[in-house]
Amino acid sequence: MNEPVIMFDRVGKTYPLYHHIVGGFKHFIFNLPEAIRLLKNAKYEALKEISFEVARGETLGVIGRNGAGKSTTLGLISGVLRPTCGRIMVKGKILPLLDLGAGFHPDLTGRENIILNAVLLGHTRKNIYKKMDEIIEFASVGDFLEEPVRVYSGGMTARLGFAVVACLEPEILLIDEVLGVGDIDFRKKCFDKMLAFKKSGVTIVFVSHILEDIAKICDRVLWVENHSVKMIGPTKDVLEAYQRTSEKPAKIH
Amino acid sequence: MIAQLRYYIDLITVLTQKELKARYKNSFLGYLWSIANPLAFAGVLYIAFKVIIKIPMEEYPLFVITGLFPWQWFSNSVSSSSVVFLRNTTIIKKVNFTRNFLPLSVVINDLLHFVFSVPIIMLLLIYYKKPLTPALLYGLPLLFSIQLFILYGFCLALSSLTLFFRDLERLALIFIMLLFYFTPIAYSEQMIPEGYRHLIYLNPAALVIINWRHLFLDGTLVPGYLFASFMYGLLSWLVGEWIYKKLSWKFAEIV
Repeated sequence: MNEPVIMFDRVGKTYPLYHHIVGGFKHFIFNLPEAIRLLKNAKYEALKEISFEVARGETLGVIGRNGAGKSTTLGLISGVLRPTCGRIMVKGKILPLLDLGAGFHPDLTGRENIILNAVLLGHTRKNIYKKMDEIIEFASVGDFLEEPVRVYSGGMTARLGFAVVACLEPEILLIDEVLGVGDIDFRKKCFDKMLAFKKSGVTIVFVSHILEDIAKICDRVLWVENHSVKMIGPTKDVLEAYQRTSEKPAKIH
Repeated sequence: MIAQLRYYIDLITVLTQKELKARYKNSFLGYLWSIANPLAFAGVLYIAFKVIIKIPMEEYPLFVITGLFPWQWFSNSVSSSSVVFLRNTTIIKKVNFTRNFLPLSVVINDLLHFVFSVPIIMLLLIYYKKPLTPALLYGLPLLFSIQLFILYGFCLALSSLTLFFRDLERLALIFIMLLFYFTPIAYSEQMIPEGYRHLIYLNPAALVIINWRHLFLDGTLVPGYLFASFMYGLLSWLVGEWIYKKLSWKFAEIV
Protein backbone atom coordinates (compact mmCIF):
# COMPACT_ATOMS: atom_id res chain seq x y z
CA MET A 1 0.00 0.00 0.00
CA ASN A 2 1.21 3.50 -0.86
CA GLU A 3 1.66 6.25 1.70
CA PRO A 4 -1.62 7.73 2.93
CA VAL A 5 -2.62 11.08 1.40
CA ILE A 6 -5.78 11.46 3.45
CA MET A 7 -5.80 10.53 7.08
CA PHE A 8 -8.61 10.96 9.60
CA ASP A 9 -7.59 10.35 13.20
CA ARG A 10 -10.58 10.12 15.54
CA VAL A 11 -12.28 13.02 13.83
CA GLY A 12 -15.51 14.32 15.24
CA LYS A 13 -17.74 17.08 13.96
CA THR A 14 -20.62 18.70 15.76
CA TYR A 15 -22.71 21.49 14.37
CA PRO A 16 -24.16 24.08 16.67
CA LEU A 17 -27.82 24.52 15.78
CA TYR A 18 -27.56 28.01 14.38
CA HIS A 19 -31.25 28.54 13.79
CA HIS A 20 -31.37 29.99 17.28
CA ILE A 21 -29.77 33.11 15.93
CA VAL A 22 -30.38 33.12 12.20
CA GLY A 23 -33.13 35.63 11.53
CA GLY A 24 -33.51 36.47 15.17
CA PHE A 25 -31.25 39.39 15.81
CA LYS A 26 -33.69 41.00 18.22
CA HIS A 27 -34.21 37.80 20.13
CA PHE A 28 -30.47 37.28 20.31
CA ILE A 29 -29.76 40.74 21.68
CA PHE A 30 -32.55 40.86 24.22
CA ASN A 31 -31.95 37.36 25.54
CA LEU A 32 -28.19 37.44 25.29
CA PRO A 33 -27.17 35.17 28.21
CA GLU A 34 -29.84 32.64 27.37
CA ALA A 35 -29.10 32.79 23.67
CA ILE A 36 -25.44 32.12 24.26
CA ARG A 37 -26.19 29.23 26.59
CA LEU A 38 -28.55 27.75 23.99
CA LEU A 39 -25.91 28.15 21.32
CA LYS A 40 -23.37 26.31 23.39
CA ASN A 41 -25.65 23.42 24.24
CA ALA A 42 -27.69 22.92 21.10
CA LYS A 43 -25.48 20.66 19.05
CA TYR A 44 -25.91 18.18 16.33
CA GLU A 45 -23.34 15.45 16.12
CA ALA A 46 -22.64 14.79 12.45
CA LEU A 47 -19.56 12.59 12.90
CA LYS A 48 -18.31 10.71 15.94
CA GLU A 49 -14.65 9.86 16.18
CA ILE A 50 -14.12 8.44 12.73
CA SER A 51 -10.73 7.21 11.59
CA PHE A 52 -9.64 6.03 8.18
CA GLU A 53 -6.87 6.44 5.65
CA VAL A 54 -6.77 6.75 1.90
CA ALA A 55 -3.57 5.78 0.16
CA ARG A 56 -2.13 7.60 -2.84
CA GLY A 57 -3.79 6.40 -6.03
CA GLU A 58 -6.55 4.61 -4.23
CA THR A 59 -10.24 4.99 -5.02
CA LEU A 60 -12.38 5.01 -1.92
CA GLY A 61 -16.15 4.72 -2.17
CA VAL A 62 -18.29 6.25 0.55
CA ILE A 63 -21.74 4.84 1.11
CA GLY A 64 -24.41 5.26 3.75
CA ARG A 65 -27.94 6.41 4.18
CA ASN A 66 -29.06 10.01 3.83
CA GLY A 67 -27.83 12.10 6.70
CA ALA A 68 -25.26 9.56 7.83
CA GLY A 69 -22.39 12.03 7.49
CA LYS A 70 -21.03 11.43 4.00
CA SER A 71 -21.11 15.02 2.82
CA THR A 72 -19.65 16.22 6.10
CA THR A 73 -16.75 13.82 5.52
CA LEU A 74 -16.14 15.31 2.07
CA GLY A 75 -16.42 18.82 3.48
CA LEU A 76 -13.77 17.99 6.05
CA ILE A 77 -11.44 16.57 3.42
CA SER A 78 -11.79 19.61 1.17
CA GLY A 79 -11.19 21.92 4.12
CA VAL A 80 -14.39 23.96 3.98
CA LEU A 81 -15.30 22.47 7.35
CA ARG A 82 -13.12 22.30 10.40
CA PRO A 83 -13.27 19.26 12.70
CA THR A 84 -14.49 19.72 16.26
CA CYS A 85 -12.01 17.18 17.54
CA GLY A 86 -9.40 14.83 16.12
CA ARG A 87 -6.81 15.37 13.41
CA ILE A 88 -7.06 15.47 9.64
CA MET A 89 -4.12 15.25 7.30
CA VAL A 90 -4.50 15.84 3.57
CA LYS A 91 -1.59 15.91 1.14
CA GLY A 92 -1.95 17.21 -2.40
CA LYS A 93 -4.10 19.44 -4.56
CA ILE A 94 -7.77 18.76 -3.93
CA LEU A 95 -10.35 19.17 -6.63
CA PRO A 96 -13.96 18.96 -5.49
CA LEU A 97 -16.42 18.13 -8.23
CA LEU A 98 -19.10 20.75 -7.63
CA ASP A 99 -22.75 19.85 -7.92
CA LEU A 100 -22.27 20.07 -11.60
CA GLY A 101 -22.67 23.66 -12.60
CA ALA A 102 -23.64 24.89 -9.17
CA GLY A 103 -20.77 27.34 -9.16
CA PHE A 104 -21.83 28.82 -12.47
CA HIS A 105 -23.25 32.27 -12.83
CA PRO A 106 -26.37 32.12 -15.02
CA ASP A 107 -25.68 35.42 -16.78
CA LEU A 108 -22.13 34.60 -17.84
CA THR A 109 -21.41 32.66 -21.01
CA GLY A 110 -20.15 29.10 -21.00
CA ARG A 111 -16.62 30.27 -21.72
CA GLU A 112 -16.68 32.89 -18.96
CA ASN A 113 -18.01 30.33 -16.53
CA ILE A 114 -15.24 27.89 -17.39
CA ILE A 115 -12.70 30.53 -16.41
CA LEU A 116 -14.59 31.57 -13.28
CA ASN A 117 -14.98 28.01 -12.10
CA ALA A 118 -11.42 26.98 -12.80
CA VAL A 119 -10.00 30.03 -11.01
CA LEU A 120 -12.20 29.32 -8.00
CA LEU A 121 -10.82 25.80 -8.04
CA GLY A 122 -7.33 27.20 -7.67
CA HIS A 123 -5.94 27.63 -11.17
CA THR A 124 -4.43 30.69 -12.78
CA ARG A 125 -5.97 32.09 -15.94
CA LYS A 126 -2.82 31.34 -17.90
CA ASN A 127 -3.15 27.70 -17.00
CA ILE A 128 -6.80 27.67 -18.03
CA TYR A 129 -6.20 29.27 -21.42
CA LYS A 130 -3.81 26.41 -22.16
CA LYS A 131 -6.49 23.89 -21.33
CA MET A 132 -9.37 25.79 -22.90
CA ASP A 133 -9.59 23.76 -26.11
CA GLU A 134 -9.53 20.51 -24.19
CA ILE A 135 -12.30 21.68 -21.85
CA ILE A 136 -14.46 22.94 -24.72
CA GLU A 137 -13.95 19.68 -26.58
CA PHE A 138 -14.94 17.62 -23.54
CA ALA A 139 -18.00 19.74 -22.73
CA SER A 140 -19.19 19.61 -26.37
CA VAL A 141 -21.87 22.24 -25.96
CA GLY A 142 -21.28 23.50 -29.52
CA ASP A 143 -22.39 27.03 -30.33
CA PHE A 144 -23.82 27.45 -26.87
CA LEU A 145 -20.33 28.16 -25.57
CA GLU A 146 -20.83 31.89 -26.15
CA GLU A 147 -24.38 31.90 -24.78
CA PRO A 148 -25.25 32.64 -21.15
CA VAL A 149 -25.50 29.51 -19.05
CA ARG A 150 -29.11 30.25 -18.07
CA VAL A 151 -30.27 29.11 -21.52
CA TYR A 152 -28.46 25.77 -21.17
CA SER A 153 -30.31 22.54 -20.61
CA GLY A 154 -29.57 20.66 -17.40
CA GLY A 155 -27.45 18.16 -19.26
CA MET A 156 -25.37 20.85 -20.95
CA THR A 157 -24.67 22.58 -17.64
CA ALA A 158 -23.58 19.29 -16.15
CA ARG A 159 -21.28 18.56 -19.12
CA LEU A 160 -19.64 21.95 -18.80
CA GLY A 161 -19.20 21.48 -15.05
CA PHE A 162 -17.62 18.10 -15.40
CA ALA A 163 -15.43 19.25 -18.30
CA VAL A 164 -13.78 21.92 -16.15
CA VAL A 165 -12.85 19.46 -13.44
CA ALA A 166 -11.94 16.71 -15.87
CA CYS A 167 -9.27 18.82 -17.52
CA LEU A 168 -7.61 20.32 -14.45
CA GLU A 169 -5.33 17.47 -13.36
CA PRO A 170 -6.24 16.98 -9.71
CA GLU A 171 -4.22 14.97 -7.22
CA ILE A 172 -7.21 14.21 -5.05
CA LEU A 173 -10.65 14.19 -6.63
CA LEU A 174 -13.77 14.45 -4.48
CA ILE A 175 -17.03 13.41 -6.11
CA ASP A 176 -20.33 13.86 -4.31
CA GLU A 177 -23.11 11.91 -6.06
CA VAL A 178 -23.29 14.18 -9.04
CA LEU A 179 -23.23 11.83 -11.96
CA GLY A 180 -26.95 11.11 -11.78
CA VAL A 181 -27.67 13.88 -14.28
CA GLY A 182 -27.03 13.77 -17.98
CA ASP A 183 -27.81 11.10 -20.52
CA ILE A 184 -26.26 7.64 -20.81
CA ASP A 185 -23.54 8.77 -23.20
CA PHE A 186 -22.46 11.55 -20.89
CA ARG A 187 -22.47 9.34 -17.83
CA LYS A 188 -20.33 6.85 -19.67
CA LYS A 189 -17.96 9.62 -20.70
CA CYS A 190 -17.66 10.80 -17.10
CA PHE A 191 -17.11 7.31 -15.91
CA ASP A 192 -14.41 6.70 -18.49
CA LYS A 193 -12.73 9.89 -17.40
CA MET A 194 -12.80 8.75 -13.79
CA LEU A 195 -11.26 5.42 -14.80
CA ALA A 196 -8.59 7.34 -16.69
CA PHE A 197 -7.88 9.42 -13.58
CA LYS A 198 -7.68 6.26 -11.53
CA LYS A 199 -5.24 4.74 -13.99
CA SER A 200 -3.02 7.81 -13.92
CA GLY A 201 -2.75 7.60 -10.14
CA VAL A 202 -5.25 10.19 -8.95
CA THR A 203 -6.67 9.54 -5.50
CA ILE A 204 -10.45 9.55 -5.67
CA VAL A 205 -13.07 9.76 -2.95
CA PHE A 206 -16.39 8.87 -4.48
CA VAL A 207 -19.72 9.31 -2.70
CA SER A 208 -22.63 7.62 -4.38
CA HIS A 209 -25.89 5.80 -3.78
CA ILE A 210 -25.52 3.85 -7.00
CA LEU A 211 -23.81 0.71 -5.80
CA GLU A 212 -23.01 -0.55 -9.32
CA ASP A 213 -20.87 2.55 -9.90
CA ILE A 214 -19.10 2.00 -6.61
CA ALA A 215 -18.52 -1.66 -7.43
CA LYS A 216 -17.08 -0.79 -10.82
CA ILE A 217 -14.49 1.75 -9.76
CA CYS A 218 -13.65 1.58 -6.04
CA ASP A 219 -10.81 -0.34 -4.43
CA ARG A 220 -12.18 0.02 -0.95
CA VAL A 221 -15.42 1.25 0.51
CA LEU A 222 -16.15 3.25 3.63
CA TRP A 223 -19.61 2.65 5.04
CA VAL A 224 -20.82 5.46 7.23
CA GLU A 225 -23.78 4.82 9.42
CA ASN A 226 -25.18 6.65 12.38
CA HIS A 227 -22.36 9.22 12.14
CA SER A 228 -19.58 6.71 12.60
CA VAL A 229 -17.69 4.16 10.56
CA LYS A 230 -19.78 1.03 10.30
CA MET A 231 -17.33 -0.83 8.10
CA ILE A 232 -14.34 -0.17 5.90
CA GLY A 233 -12.68 -2.68 3.64
CA PRO A 234 -12.53 -4.21 0.17
CA THR A 235 -15.41 -3.14 -2.06
CA LYS A 236 -16.98 -6.56 -2.40
CA ASP A 237 -17.19 -7.31 1.32
CA VAL A 238 -18.59 -3.94 2.32
CA LEU A 239 -21.17 -3.82 -0.45
CA GLU A 240 -22.41 -7.31 0.42
CA ALA A 241 -22.79 -6.39 4.07
CA TYR A 242 -24.48 -3.12 3.15
CA GLN A 243 -26.96 -4.78 0.85
CA ARG A 244 -27.81 -7.36 3.48
CA THR A 245 -28.89 -4.66 5.94
CA SER A 246 -30.88 -2.67 3.45
CA GLU A 247 -32.86 -5.68 2.29
CA LYS A 248 -34.00 -6.32 5.84
CA PRO A 249 -36.95 -4.14 6.81
CA ALA A 250 -36.42 -1.94 9.82
CA LYS A 251 -37.05 -3.68 13.12
CA ILE A 252 -40.20 -2.67 14.92
CA HIS A 253 -40.20 -3.27 18.62
CA MET B 1 5.17 33.27 -3.49
CA ILE B 2 4.92 35.05 -6.83
CA ALA B 3 2.75 32.25 -8.18
CA GLN B 4 0.45 32.73 -5.20
CA LEU B 5 0.28 36.47 -5.79
CA ARG B 6 -0.50 35.94 -9.45
CA TYR B 7 -3.27 33.55 -8.49
CA TYR B 8 -4.75 36.11 -6.07
CA ILE B 9 -4.73 38.74 -8.78
CA ASP B 10 -6.49 36.33 -11.12
CA LEU B 11 -9.07 35.45 -8.51
CA ILE B 12 -9.89 39.09 -7.78
CA THR B 13 -10.01 39.92 -11.48
CA VAL B 14 -12.33 37.06 -12.32
CA LEU B 15 -14.65 37.73 -9.39
CA THR B 16 -14.81 41.43 -10.21
CA GLN B 17 -15.47 40.70 -13.87
CA LYS B 18 -18.25 38.39 -12.82
CA GLU B 19 -19.95 41.14 -10.81
CA LEU B 20 -19.43 43.64 -13.58
CA LYS B 21 -20.67 41.42 -16.39
CA ALA B 22 -23.58 40.07 -14.42
CA ARG B 23 -24.74 43.59 -13.68
CA TYR B 24 -24.83 44.76 -17.26
CA LYS B 25 -25.47 41.57 -19.17
CA ASN B 26 -29.05 42.40 -20.03
CA SER B 27 -28.91 46.13 -20.59
CA PHE B 28 -28.18 48.08 -23.76
CA LEU B 29 -26.83 51.14 -22.06
CA GLY B 30 -24.50 49.17 -19.82
CA TYR B 31 -22.11 51.40 -18.00
CA LEU B 32 -24.16 54.53 -18.67
CA TRP B 33 -26.57 53.30 -16.01
CA SER B 34 -23.88 53.59 -13.38
CA ILE B 35 -23.67 57.30 -14.18
CA ALA B 36 -27.37 57.82 -14.83
CA ASN B 37 -28.23 56.84 -11.29
CA PRO B 38 -26.08 59.40 -9.43
CA LEU B 39 -26.84 62.04 -12.07
CA ALA B 40 -30.57 61.63 -11.51
CA PHE B 41 -29.99 61.74 -7.78
CA ALA B 42 -27.94 64.92 -8.20
CA GLY B 43 -30.80 66.41 -10.22
CA VAL B 44 -33.25 65.72 -7.40
CA LEU B 45 -30.89 67.24 -4.83
CA TYR B 46 -30.49 70.29 -7.05
CA ILE B 47 -34.25 70.80 -7.22
CA ALA B 48 -34.77 70.14 -3.52
CA PHE B 49 -31.92 72.18 -2.10
CA LYS B 50 -31.16 74.83 -4.70
CA VAL B 51 -34.51 75.52 -6.33
CA ILE B 52 -36.81 74.95 -3.36
CA ILE B 53 -34.77 75.49 -0.20
CA LYS B 54 -32.49 77.99 -2.00
CA ILE B 55 -29.26 76.96 -0.35
CA PRO B 56 -26.87 79.94 -0.61
CA MET B 57 -24.15 78.40 -2.72
CA GLU B 58 -22.55 79.09 -6.08
CA GLU B 59 -22.12 76.32 -8.62
CA TYR B 60 -24.32 73.93 -6.69
CA PRO B 61 -24.44 71.15 -9.38
CA LEU B 62 -20.66 70.83 -9.33
CA PHE B 63 -20.69 70.94 -5.54
CA VAL B 64 -23.24 68.15 -5.25
CA ILE B 65 -21.67 65.88 -7.81
CA THR B 66 -18.17 66.03 -6.32
CA GLY B 67 -19.68 64.73 -3.10
CA LEU B 68 -22.28 62.42 -4.54
CA PHE B 69 -20.11 60.36 -6.87
CA PRO B 70 -17.72 59.13 -4.16
CA TRP B 71 -20.73 58.65 -1.89
CA GLN B 72 -22.23 56.27 -4.46
CA TRP B 73 -19.16 54.11 -4.04
CA PHE B 74 -19.83 53.96 -0.28
CA SER B 75 -23.52 53.25 -0.52
CA ASN B 76 -23.39 50.75 -3.40
CA SER B 77 -20.60 48.75 -1.80
CA VAL B 78 -22.30 48.52 1.57
CA SER B 79 -25.70 47.60 0.18
CA SER B 80 -24.47 44.95 -2.24
CA SER B 81 -21.73 43.44 -0.09
CA SER B 82 -24.01 42.56 2.81
CA VAL B 83 -25.46 39.68 0.82
CA VAL B 84 -22.39 38.68 -1.19
CA PHE B 85 -21.72 35.52 0.83
CA LEU B 86 -25.39 34.63 0.84
CA ARG B 87 -25.50 34.81 -2.94
CA ASN B 88 -22.49 32.52 -3.30
CA THR B 89 -23.42 29.78 -0.89
CA THR B 90 -22.98 26.94 -3.37
CA ILE B 91 -19.30 27.61 -3.95
CA ILE B 92 -18.65 28.43 -0.30
CA LYS B 93 -19.96 25.01 0.63
CA LYS B 94 -17.78 23.15 -1.84
CA VAL B 95 -14.56 25.02 -2.50
CA ASN B 96 -12.04 26.25 -0.02
CA PHE B 97 -10.97 29.44 -1.78
CA THR B 98 -9.98 32.87 -0.46
CA ARG B 99 -13.49 33.89 0.38
CA ASN B 100 -12.72 37.38 1.65
CA PHE B 101 -12.14 38.23 -2.02
CA LEU B 102 -15.88 38.08 -2.60
CA PRO B 103 -16.65 41.31 -0.68
CA LEU B 104 -13.39 42.75 -1.99
CA SER B 105 -14.56 42.18 -5.56
CA VAL B 106 -17.81 44.00 -4.77
CA VAL B 107 -15.92 47.00 -3.40
CA ILE B 108 -13.52 47.03 -6.37
CA ASN B 109 -16.43 46.78 -8.73
CA ASP B 110 -17.97 49.94 -7.28
CA LEU B 111 -14.55 51.58 -7.21
CA LEU B 112 -14.37 51.02 -10.98
CA HIS B 113 -17.73 52.67 -11.42
CA PHE B 114 -16.48 55.68 -9.53
CA VAL B 115 -13.29 55.74 -11.62
CA PHE B 116 -15.41 55.77 -14.77
CA SER B 117 -17.43 58.67 -13.41
CA VAL B 118 -14.38 60.82 -12.63
CA PRO B 119 -14.24 62.06 -16.26
CA ILE B 120 -17.75 63.48 -15.78
CA ILE B 121 -16.48 65.47 -12.81
CA MET B 122 -13.54 66.66 -14.92
CA LEU B 123 -15.89 67.78 -17.68
CA LEU B 124 -17.95 69.72 -15.16
CA LEU B 125 -14.80 71.32 -13.76
CA ILE B 126 -13.86 72.47 -17.24
CA TYR B 127 -17.41 73.68 -17.86
CA TYR B 128 -17.26 75.81 -14.71
CA LYS B 129 -13.78 77.00 -15.73
CA LYS B 130 -12.06 75.44 -12.73
CA PRO B 131 -8.41 74.49 -13.11
CA LEU B 132 -7.40 70.83 -13.05
CA THR B 133 -4.78 71.04 -10.33
CA PRO B 134 -1.64 68.90 -10.06
CA ALA B 135 -2.81 67.91 -6.56
CA LEU B 136 -5.06 65.42 -8.35
CA LEU B 137 -1.97 63.39 -9.21
CA TYR B 138 -1.31 62.39 -5.61
CA GLY B 139 -4.73 63.19 -4.17
CA LEU B 140 -6.64 60.71 -6.31
CA PRO B 141 -4.57 57.60 -5.49
CA LEU B 142 -4.41 58.61 -1.83
CA LEU B 143 -8.15 59.03 -1.38
CA PHE B 144 -8.88 55.99 -3.53
CA SER B 145 -6.76 53.77 -1.31
CA ILE B 146 -8.09 55.21 1.96
CA GLN B 147 -11.69 54.73 0.89
CA LEU B 148 -10.88 51.26 -0.43
CA PHE B 149 -9.50 50.17 2.93
CA ILE B 150 -12.38 51.67 4.89
CA LEU B 151 -14.92 49.97 2.66
CA TYR B 152 -13.14 46.64 2.36
CA GLY B 153 -12.87 46.16 6.12
CA PHE B 154 -16.39 47.32 6.79
CA CYS B 155 -17.92 45.24 4.00
CA LEU B 156 -15.92 42.17 4.98
CA ALA B 157 -17.24 42.37 8.54
CA LEU B 158 -20.75 43.16 7.35
CA SER B 159 -20.93 40.32 4.84
CA SER B 160 -19.52 37.82 7.35
CA LEU B 161 -21.93 38.85 10.08
CA THR B 162 -24.91 38.88 7.72
CA LEU B 163 -24.54 35.11 7.33
CA PHE B 164 -25.28 34.78 11.03
CA PHE B 165 -27.73 37.65 11.44
CA ARG B 166 -29.77 38.00 8.26
CA ASP B 167 -31.42 41.13 9.66
CA LEU B 168 -28.20 43.00 9.02
CA GLU B 169 -29.07 43.15 5.33
CA ARG B 170 -32.05 45.40 6.18
CA LEU B 171 -30.20 47.29 8.87
CA ALA B 172 -27.38 48.09 6.45
CA LEU B 173 -29.84 49.73 4.06
CA ILE B 174 -31.30 51.89 6.83
CA PHE B 175 -27.83 52.71 8.10
CA ILE B 176 -26.63 53.86 4.71
CA MET B 177 -29.74 56.01 4.18
CA LEU B 178 -29.27 57.74 7.53
CA LEU B 179 -25.56 58.16 6.95
CA PHE B 180 -26.30 60.00 3.72
CA TYR B 181 -28.01 62.81 5.63
CA PHE B 182 -25.33 62.91 8.32
CA THR B 183 -22.63 63.31 5.71
CA PRO B 184 -21.98 66.70 4.12
CA ILE B 185 -23.01 65.80 0.57
CA ALA B 186 -25.99 67.99 -0.19
CA TYR B 187 -24.67 70.65 2.19
CA SER B 188 -21.16 71.78 3.08
CA GLU B 189 -19.33 71.11 6.31
CA GLN B 190 -19.29 74.85 7.10
CA MET B 191 -23.08 74.74 7.42
CA ILE B 192 -22.84 72.36 10.35
CA PRO B 193 -23.25 74.43 13.54
CA GLU B 194 -19.89 75.12 15.18
CA GLY B 195 -20.73 73.10 18.30
CA TYR B 196 -21.40 69.93 16.32
CA ARG B 197 -18.69 70.19 13.69
CA HIS B 198 -16.19 68.04 15.59
CA LEU B 199 -18.67 65.17 15.22
CA ILE B 200 -17.41 64.86 11.64
CA TYR B 201 -14.51 62.93 13.13
CA LEU B 202 -16.94 60.17 14.08
CA ASN B 203 -18.05 59.68 10.49
CA PRO B 204 -15.36 58.21 8.22
CA ALA B 205 -17.54 58.72 5.15
CA ALA B 206 -17.74 62.43 5.88
CA LEU B 207 -13.97 62.71 6.39
CA VAL B 208 -13.28 61.15 3.00
CA ILE B 209 -16.00 62.96 1.09
CA ILE B 210 -15.00 66.39 2.37
CA ASN B 211 -11.51 65.67 1.12
CA TRP B 212 -12.75 64.44 -2.27
CA ARG B 213 -14.66 67.67 -2.67
CA HIS B 214 -11.76 69.89 -1.64
CA LEU B 215 -9.47 67.96 -3.96
CA PHE B 216 -11.73 68.43 -6.97
CA LEU B 217 -12.85 71.99 -6.28
CA ASP B 218 -9.66 73.68 -5.10
CA GLY B 219 -6.88 71.11 -5.23
CA THR B 220 -6.34 70.91 -1.49
CA LEU B 221 -6.69 68.22 1.16
CA VAL B 222 -7.61 68.78 4.81
CA PRO B 223 -4.69 67.17 6.69
CA GLY B 224 -6.62 66.51 9.92
CA TYR B 225 -9.44 64.77 8.10
CA LEU B 226 -6.99 62.94 5.87
CA PHE B 227 -5.09 61.52 8.82
CA ALA B 228 -8.27 60.56 10.67
CA SER B 229 -9.69 58.79 7.63
CA PHE B 230 -6.39 56.99 7.14
CA MET B 231 -6.61 55.70 10.71
CA TYR B 232 -10.21 54.63 10.08
CA GLY B 233 -9.03 52.73 7.01
CA LEU B 234 -6.42 50.90 9.01
CA LEU B 235 -8.82 50.17 11.85
CA SER B 236 -11.60 49.04 9.53
CA TRP B 237 -9.26 46.71 7.66
CA LEU B 238 -7.87 45.12 10.83
CA VAL B 239 -11.25 44.70 12.52
CA GLY B 240 -12.81 43.36 9.32
CA GLU B 241 -10.09 40.77 8.86
CA TRP B 242 -10.33 39.80 12.51
CA ILE B 243 -14.09 39.24 12.36
CA TYR B 244 -13.73 37.35 9.10
CA LYS B 245 -11.01 35.10 10.57
CA LYS B 246 -13.16 34.35 13.60
CA LEU B 247 -16.21 33.46 11.56
CA SER B 248 -15.02 32.20 8.17
CA TRP B 249 -14.50 28.59 9.14
CA LYS B 250 -18.14 28.41 10.16
CA PHE B 251 -19.41 29.71 6.80
CA ALA B 252 -19.83 26.28 5.23
CA GLU B 253 -21.75 25.04 8.26
CA ILE B 254 -24.28 27.78 8.28
CA VAL B 255 -25.14 28.42 4.65
